[in-house]
Amino acid sequence: MSDRETTSLALRELFARQRLAVLATREEDGQPYTNLMAFAVSDDLRSLLLVTGRATRKYANLSADPRVALLIDSRSHQASDIHDAMAVTVLGEALEVSGSAKERLLTSYVAKHPHLKDFASSPSCALFQVKVRSYYLVRRFQEVTELHVRQ
Amino acid sequence: MRLIVSLSEVKSRGTSSVGGKCHTLAEMEHRGVPVPNTLCISDRAYERYIASTGLRERILLELTRKSFADMRWEELWDSSLRIRNMFLKTPMPEDLSKTLSDPLRERFGSKAVAVRSSAPGEDSAQASFAGLHESFMNVRGIESILEHVRLVWASLWSDAALLYRRDLGLDVATSTMAVVVQELVEGNRSGVVFSRSPNDESQAVIESVYGLNQGLVDGTVEPDRWMIDRASGEIVSHTAPSRAQMLVPAADGVRLAPLPERLSLRPPLSAEEANAVYQRARQLEELFGGPQDVEWTWGDDGLTVLQSRPITALGDREPGDERRWYLSLRRSFDNLQMLRDKIENELIPRMIEQAKALEGQPPARLSDAELADEIRSRQEIHNRWVDVYWEEFIPFAHGIRLFGQVYNDTLHPDDPYAFMDLLTGTEMASLERNRALEEMAVMIREDAHLEQALRESLKGDPHAKITNRFREQLDLFIGRFGDLSCAMTGSGECERMPDALIRLLLEMADHPPTKERARQRDLDAMRSHYLDQFAGPARERAAQMLDLARTSYQLRDDDNIYLGRIEAQLLVAVEEGRRRLGARSITGLGELDASQVAAALEDPHFKPEIRPKERGDDDMFVRARQLVGQPAGPGVAKGRARVILSQSDLITFQHGEVLVCDAVDPNMTFVVPLAVGVVERRGGMLIHGAIIAREYGLPCVTGVPDAVSLISTGDSIVVDGYLGIITIAGRPDSVGHTEL
Repeated sequence: MSDRETTSLALRELFARQRLAVLATREEDGQPYTNLMAFAVSDDLRSLLLVTGRATRKYANLSADPRVALLIDSRSHQASDIHDAMAVTVLGEALEVSGSAKERLLTSYVAKHPHLKDFASSPSCALFQVKVRSYYLVRRFQEVTELHVRQ
Repeated sequence: MRLIVSLSEVKSRGTSSVGGKCHTLAEMEHRGVPVPNTLCISDRAYERYIASTGLRERILLELTRKSFADMRWEELWDSSLRIRNMFLKTPMPEDLSKTLSDPLRERFGSKAVAVRSSAPGEDSAQASFAGLHESFMNVRGIESILEHVRLVWASLWSDAALLYRRDLGLDVATSTMAVVVQELVEGNRSGVVFSRSPNDESQAVIESVYGLNQGLVDGTVEPDRWMIDRASGEIVSHTAPSRAQMLVPAADGVRLAPLPERLSLRPPLSAEEANAVYQRARQLEELFGGPQDVEWTWGDDGLTVLQSRPITALGDREPGDERRWYLSLRRSFDNLQMLRDKIENELIPRMIEQAKALEGQPPARLSDAELADEIRSRQEIHNRWVDVYWEEFIPFAHGIRLFGQVYNDTLHPDDPYAFMDLLTGTEMASLERNRALEEMAVMIREDAHLEQALRESLKGDPHAKITNRFREQLDLFIGRFGDLSCAMTGSGECERMPDALIRLLLEMADHPPTKERARQRDLDAMRSHYLDQFAGPARERAAQMLDLARTSYQLRDDDNIYLGRIEAQLLVAVEEGRRRLGARSITGLGELDASQVAAALEDPHFKPEIRPKERGDDDMFVRARQLVGQPAGPGVAKGRARVILSQSDLITFQHGEVLVCDAVDPNMTFVVPLAVGVVERRGGMLIHGAIIAREYGLPCVTGVPDAVSLISTGDSIVVDGYLGIITIAGRPDSVGHTEL
């Protein structure tokens, strides 16, 4: 297997097991801001899906500056996490989806989180698609690999 | 459960946490078989120690920082050394040490004892794998016993145990170690007996030496051997070696002594005694329900059994399994002394002779058919020396490890590699060459006209005014070391002489010189400090061990240079072959190995196979950001990477770059004085990259998997020689670019 294949495989396996990601956005004055979010990822790893209420601080942040960072990891809150856990930092741009694309993407989001169907379909919520620029994958405490997506 | 128990308590309580060796001893004592006076330390003591000191997490971190699959056995050895040092540096908590001290003091007082490993699980692989864990002979006094208990615990993570980690089911969370402390029985004859020979089921084998058993076990003393027919109990054969030496207890440990002449003429066992040893082994076979491998000693009180374990083969019969070979590298001091003698007085002179003989036969005049034969013959010669290299030279490197162990055991330094400082400053051939280069660089640095003239000559000006003095130096250098343009890295690529060398010298002259670490005074102080830890004959031995290690260290480098000279002669012949094939307009010659070149010379219709290039998927691409290797030279360096894939990468090396390569060859180390750091794919503290980096005080990380494919020339990289990490901070094409 090529490096690219093994890296993609490691990412897919992690994303299949994890339901939540930490989302970092930026407030108007530059202050970083984080939230825990349910996420779904596309098969080709080129994009991630998030849903948020429109009245939230993160919605305001995303609308003003679409650049985001996300953290998805496999920690189990044990001492061994330091070497056993894997963490992925995702860098990209989050854009609100509307129209027919929204319906299609919402279906795949709900496929991963069936219990969030009502929440995600509510008119007061927005669906964001994060176009991934890079993944930074950390294993064994300090081994770091980058996967870049050509834009 | 008590942490320390007698053999009778082991038997009566049937406790499982004292390990296989204790159990067997308890069973034997119960049946009236004479065994040494023994106490067993339960594996709970080990657990309490690693839990209360935080060692468990530290071991875990050490063993998981890099994938085992990516580690060479030298790295396993280094990991094991670091773990051993953690045990050495971490005292037992006071309550634990008190619990163990009182019964030990009461039982043994100041008598000499053996401290041995007793891995749990009587039927487990661990119980029957010999030599994976450590045992110590002739230990005296409670402080020393407790320290050696810690060393036996540490040997749960020995290099050998790490090699067999899968077979052993080695796991930081669950693996434990019990310890046997027993009075040292000073038999005057010792040996082993296999109640059933591993090679012939109808026979038993006895091996015996004068003195202590260790000489036999580690192969230093050649034993007498008896084969006994199991059906009749008759001796089938007796093989006698030339008996010359025996292992005896010394001030601290054991030493090799000459065998008195009257003993050398007599086998250590009479026929009757051999029979008694055999009968005892049969009794134990019956008692434990299977063939036994028994260690015994015969003293004034008769026959004592030291240990008995089931005969099982190490699980390494698979083809390509080299673990047994790795284990054979662990040699005793005396064994290494003999090897040194052979290497210095026999092998190296023969290598030099061989290289000279080949250098005197230039292949240009041979016919094609003769050249093909010559290539094959040189390949065979080279292969033979490569075998010698693996069988004799590499094991000799163990002298460094042996010394390191003695140094660490005695001085308990924070840095488990502090001992390496005592080995540097030996007269390595590569350092001598680098000094000669620096002398010429000084001439250029001090003479602007000379520098100008050299630059003009590089541009092709035949009238450039190069001083005679410089020319003489240059010729002298080329005569001794070659012109560096066609080094022995196997690349087979050459540049026109002596441009490459001049370019390198100009680059060197352009910058202040990099000095070898001149710390002679520190070195003397360190040396005295080390020797002052010993008194009497032990001091003499400590000095000998240092001397052996220094020779071993120096040879680590020099042997490659000698081997390189022989390989160079093979390459000369192969190059001549390629040149002739090139004249037949055959392309792709660079891909052919020596035997293919030889075959092609004999076959006028030869066509090389051309392999298709792999196609990459390019909508996404992977890049390494941070690579984990082994710390091999302290310090942090930032610089432009120079990845060495061929000779031309060396020749264009610039001051301030980081040397990145698959395997540093002593024949490439002339660029090290220009480098700010060294990165190597091969791992281990004793590889050339690490050694040469240490000589120049450069940060160094070794054991970086795929270093030369993940790092590219021009990348900005950070070499963290403390933690063993490489960070690729920036790339010329600027994807994910970060300024340093």
